[in-house]
Amino acid sequence: MYRSLAAAVRDAESRGITLAQLALETESEDQGRPVSEIRDALKRALDVMQGAVQRGLTGDLRSASGLVGGDAAKLVNGPAGPLAGTPFRDILARALAVQEVNAAMGVIVAAPTAGGAGVLPAVLTGLAAARGLSDDALVDALATAGLIGAVVAERASLSGAEGGCQAETGAAAGMAAGAGTEMLGGSPSQVSHAVALAQQGTLGLVCDPLGGLVELPCVFRNATGAAIALAAIEMALAGIGFAIPADEVIDTMGEIGREMDVRYRETAGGGLAATPTGRKLARERLVQIKRG
Amino acid sequence: MVSLLDIIGPVMVGPSSSHTAGACRLGLLARGLVGGTPERAKIELHGSFARTGEGHGTDKAIVAGLMGFRPDDDRIRTALEIAEREGLDYKFEKTTLDDEAHPNSVRITLERGDRSSTMVGSSLGAGRVLVTQIDGFPVEVSGNYHTIVLVAEDIPGSIAKIASLLADDGLNIATLRLTRQKRGGDAFMVIELDDHPDEIVRDHIRSLPWVRWAFRLDKVSA
Repeated sequence: MYRSLAAAVRDAESRGITLAQLALETESEDQGRPVSEIRDALKRALDVMQGAVQRGLTGDLRSASGLVGGDAAKLVNGPAGPLAGTPFRDILARALAVQEVNAAMGVIVAAPTAGGAGVLPAVLTGLAAARGLSDDALVDALATAGLIGAVVAERASLSGAEGGCQAETGAAAGMAAGAGTEMLGGSPSQVSHAVALAQQGTLGLVCDPLGGLVELPCVFRNATGAAIALAAIEMALAGIGFAIPADEVIDTMGEIGREMDVRYRETAGGGLAATPTGRKLARERLVQIKRG
Repeated sequence: MVSLLDIIGPVMVGPSSSHTAGACRLGLLARGLVGGTPERAKIELHGSFARTGEGHGTDKAIVAGLMGFRPDDDRIRTALEIAEREGLDYKFEKTTLDDEAHPNSVRITLERGDRSSTMVGSSLGAGRVLVTQIDGFPVEVSGNYHTIVLVAEDIPGSIAKIASLLADDGLNIATLRLTRQKRGGDAFMVIELDDHPDEIVRDHIRSLPWVRWAFRLDKVSA
């Protein structure tokens, strides 16, 4: 797969194809498997994503610790805010939904990771629902997202333990922004601007889960990550460019991750996990988990 | 090389690719060492596995793997109850492995029939795993390939014999590593294969008089 988004954009534009087509062809060559097989595998992932969204929206899930669950349904049934009736609100609900399923030991697609698994399905299936797009369009979008994620994996990291939450929900926001932009008709160059716009908005984001559990703030980081992705899509499709190329923004994420203190890399030693309330909740809930 | 399907995947039961999906894969690999679901299992958790494992279902995921459930099997959630029903006698302990051990590590000791085996393995993140020790021998098994592990007497020509046996069955070797504790002592072989070997291959290897035992560890990555 590609190690540079700029190189992928150049190749796609010179051949007049989408990044999704380029990603599928490249994966086919890399793995020695026909494109149809790769599309089938992505379709199975899509089915799981859609299932997790629907399961999470029912609102009757609780995590092992009881710290999270039931909030996705509040965006469906709760009082109206400024985003009521928009795809934006629906996408926030979907992001919470998938992550609540994950926290309750339901089946999800780790894309790119389990902790950041809500952003991509929320943004893509939410936009597809709003625009009446087909599953084929969603499979293409997953291919584009995979290409972007591969570039991030090569240049920076996709692990909160290595690079903080910027490498999990941040990377997920970049992937969703790029894939969503292309799905709505954006050019390869607009895709790379969307990635840069989303990823710059999450630089420095720490990984600070209470008790080390993939629950709080992870569930909400997925919703805010989806919001950042939507903002980036809106700007990129409006023709806004980000002056620093996506590859360099991704490199910056990697650099910040390497410099990040270990307290902010999934160890529950700093950030929200180390606040008085964070420590107290973690203590109480871990006792509860042990009691079953 | 990063694959598209590594990024958009794996499909898994939450909540953590390292503490749940990786833990399940380690259970699956350990199961292979006794050739099926064990009767008894001692599972010693180290580091972050010991500290936050319960909240991540690490215990359920390992036991699920021991019973042959894969990371996307939603029976993981009730794996402990299923194990009790099916007579898998498991027990968990917290331990401290050596200082260099990865923070997400586990030592699993299994008994099945007259066979027992101890494995040490780690979950490296994003569902990737590495087995670092089998029955005291240092190894590196990723589960990214179909793997055959065997202990044999250290005699000349043993590698050639096994390689030709695999070739006869049309199996291509991806990697082969040999370790031994001393000259003339037992040799430990880890053979990673591109293709899935069937039971007959293992039986062929086992029938060699100088092979003490051989087991097949199925590929656990997507």
